[in-house]
Amino acid sequence: MAVAIEVRDISKQFRLYSEKHTSLKERVIHGGKMPFTPFWALRDVNVDINQGETFGILGRNGCGKSTLLKCIAGILKPTSGEIRVRGSLAAMLELGAGFQPDLSGRDNIFLNGSLLGLPRSEIAKRFDDIVAFAELEDFIDNQVKFYSSGMYVRLGFAVAVNVEPDVLLVDEVLAVGDAAFQRKCMDHVKKFQREGRTIVVVSHGTDTIRQNCGRAMVMNHGQVITVDEPGEAIRIYLADLLGVGTLAGSESGGIEGNVLAIGTVQAEHGGSGSRPHMYPGESLTVTADVDSLDAVPNAMATIAIHDDKNELVFASDPDDPACAMDIPVGGGVVRFYFPEVPLLDGTYSVSVGVRSATETAIFDWKDQVTQFEVANPGRSTGRVRLPVDVSFRLRSSGHTGEVPAVGAQFAPLAGWEETAS
Amino acid sequence: MSLSVDRPAHSDPEHVQAIGGSTRFVPGQSHDRVTVVNGKVQLGQRLKDLWLNRDLLLLLTRSELKVKYKDSVLGYAWSMLNPALVLTIYFLVFKVIARNHQPFFAIWLFAGLLVWNLFNTAAMGATSVVVGKAGIVKKVAFPRELLALSVVGVALVLFAIQVVVLILALLLFGIQPDFAFVAILPMALVALIVFTGALSIFLSAVNVYLRDTQHLTEVLLMAWFWGTPIVYTFGLISGELAKYPSLVWVKYVYLCNPVTPIVMTFQRAIYGKTQYTYAGQVYHVLPNWGPLTYAGLVGIVLAVSIGLFLLALIVFGRLEGNFAEEL
Repeated sequence: MAVAIEVRDISKQFRLYSEKHTSLKERVIHGGKMPFTPFWALRDVNVDINQGETFGILGRNGCGKSTLLKCIAGILKPTSGEIRVRGSLAAMLELGAGFQPDLSGRDNIFLNGSLLGLPRSEIAKRFDDIVAFAELEDFIDNQVKFYSSGMYVRLGFAVAVNVEPDVLLVDEVLAVGDAAFQRKCMDHVKKFQREGRTIVVVSHGTDTIRQNCGRAMVMNHGQVITVDEPGEAIRIYLADLLGVGTLAGSESGGIEGNVLAIGTVQAEHGGSGSRPHMYPGESLTVTADVDSLDAVPNAMATIAIHDDKNELVFASDPDDPACAMDIPVGGGVVRFYFPEVPLLDGTYSVSVGVRSATETAIFDWKDQVTQFEVANPGRSTGRVRLPVDVSFRLRSSGHTGEVPAVGAQFAPLAGWEETAS
Repeated sequence: MSLSVDRPAHSDPEHVQAIGGSTRFVPGQSHDRVTVVNGKVQLGQRLKDLWLNRDLLLLLTRSELKVKYKDSVLGYAWSMLNPALVLTIYFLVFKVIARNHQPFFAIWLFAGLLVWNLFNTAAMGATSVVVGKAGIVKKVAFPRELLALSVVGVALVLFAIQVVVLILALLLFGIQPDFAFVAILPMALVALIVFTGALSIFLSAVNVYLRDTQHLTEVLLMAWFWGTPIVYTFGLISGELAKYPSLVWVKYVYLCNPVTPIVMTFQRAIYGKTQYTYAGQVYHVLPNWGPLTYAGLVGIVLAVSIGLFLLALIVFGRLEGNFAEEL
């Protein structure tokens, strides 16, 4: 397989000035000196991206992923090293970046297409496609400054994809427009993939990378951490870089003057012990240390799980008699056991509380006191992993024999019963 | 994973496109084309890139004109307001107040201002163009020199409109240009465009790093204007210098201003006379050189301008690498 983009020993140094003199006057006044700290945005980056591959680059803000993309696009010049790009290239760093607000949509299509490297005759040929793709037939002669932001990005995307480059660089712009337009964009990306074009996607959204990419690279502090298949790359990204994968308990003191206080809360998954993250479908145990000054009969233990966007994923039934317990003087350990957690990727926080079953009094509530993290080795996306069987049969009743399932049964999970279709 | 990519760039010059820092998806090229991005400035490639993207230059110029003058006749007429006012002011000051005896002084002024307006509009506009178009420069890869050149393009369109007005004025006053010298004008115009382009490219890049360049340019251009024989005559300067034979070198220094020979050629061709008589006295306005001397001077300016243009491209290439972070 041929290499589409060859990145060799690329380093890029930025200068961080404590005080920047952007005029001759200031330079003269300060004697031409401008103290700066060198900052290496990229350091000895080496990677080969193959032709026809969809390649993801993952990393936190400021890890150098956008700088690398800009270097590949030729917008920034590397301090040292060399990048070779095979075939034509178009970069979508920002949709509609070259738009002139005062010009009409029509003029901007020509200008933007030309900026992306398309000859005028070629733009004229594709003009109708671009307008149709952007769904802007009625507004194409209006000035772009009167466009809504949705119309603006739609036009930007329409121009960029119609340039039909051999190599397409995308910087987190795939999520634009309404759902219908998003689907259209994704269809176009899929079409690009089928046509054997090379796509490089930069993102910190793991879903985008998992869904679209064949390989992914993780970057941190301007260096390449790993290049691997997306599932593994995302796991490394989440675990090593975001530091959210540890299932360490956190300490928190009880409320003073209260009879009962929750101490240390810990979450532990049922998978192999050394792994900081859990896989979907594994069991989870949450233990909460409870100190009690007095005997508390009829205590109710409750638990809630929130995702990283602070949306409630699960909260236990506060009146479930199974959650009732008598806590003696001195307290003890409350244990919550989830035999199977079907959650997909993400960091989830756990809140634990103890309240009275008979009164409304809450003895103690520890909000989002500990976390656990799920890394999904498969390629399904979303919040929850639902078991699914796919089968196929012919519509006509003439056939007697049932056609066996041809669709893959979506990777069964450990501990799940496989149900026959 | 080994195709021609593995070979060093210089071993396959036909298929390797090495641009100092700017990757281009070049229209109409085969998929085997390899683009190299590195820290070097490669002049030949830059020039080739400019040529390949001439469509874009046209579009940038057109859109600039559209934004400025809304593509309307009145819009363009409006664009003539400024040069017309300038002409009127100089005419009033020198003809009416300072009692200049030169016949058809307005035509003389017009011939010189025509050249100066092109030079001045482009240099002033280009200084701020890269900073002004930061949005494009930071997000899209293309030969950014085109931004500066598009400003020259706009100035050229305004120049063309002024030429039309000038021709009307010549017909109105019944003035016959000197056609032996009119033949040199295309070369003079090319020299002017190349020189203006060089300066524009240089200033547009420097202004990214030193933002007060625009203000300095303004002041320097004013000094430059008065150092060029536009509102006064070259004959006046050389006449004064003739009184001091030891100062003849000043004349040559004066001629070193690349705009001066171009302005003089335009004046010689359009104004058509080198001297006039007033109250029995002969006044020289331009030297009595033949067309070849003028052409020779313009040729020197052209050669120097081409050199400066290449130099400007190199400087631009050096400074361009960090545009995206400086803006």
